[in-house]
Amino acid sequence: MSKLIGLFEAGALVLVSFIFACLYRAYRGPTAADRVVAVNVIGTKAVMLLVLVSAFSQEDFFLDVALVYALISFLATVCLSRLVLIQKRRWGEWQ
Amino acid sequence: MMSLLIALLLGSGLFFSFAGTVGLLRLPDVYCRLHATTKCDTLGAGLVLLAVMISGRPLSQIVKLLLILIFIWVANPTAAHILARAAYSAGTPQVANTSLLKEDTPCSL
Repeated sequence: MSKLIGLFEAGALVLVSFIFACLYRAYRGPTAADRVVAVNVIGTKAVMLLVLVSAFSQEDFFLDVALVYALISFLATVCLSRLVLIQKRRWGEWQ
Repeated sequence: MMSLLIALLLGSGLFFSFAGTVGLLRLPDVYCRLHATTKCDTLGAGLVLLAVMISGRPLSQIVKLLLILIFIWVANPTAAHILARAAYSAGTPQVANTSLLKEDTPCSL
């Protein structure tokens, strides 16, 4: 069992490095849609990370946090893509 | 035996997640990046959650993990579709030799 916990901890660390790599696209991305893609990917990876944290810390409530995070991440992507759609009408060229 | 299976599922989930990250960083425009990240991240999340699910959790947590998995599998492609449609309607530039119809009417969201 402790071997499994070490496995999940290592997986969580690897996932954190992937999240930081995705953050570069959110910083750099030439258009606004690129940033929204990066935010969406980071949301999915954060849900995976929360599930792994719940696996190696043997805590139940992290799964509730992960479920709510998935719901809010989907809502955020929908609202931000609405923003991508109306940005040119409202503010002209905007990134 | 079980821990070997868990390690295999977790490793392949992290591999697909890595592939999605590389696609997000290296591909040339928004649509290619969406194509890479959506598939790879959805599959990677599924494999990682499956690995946690079979690692001897109580039934209540397995049900919660199943709920998260089903929601991700429904919501992630939907979000990518909405985002691609919004980016196309807003006229986000494509790479030079894309063979998408230029005269295709952008739909309203």
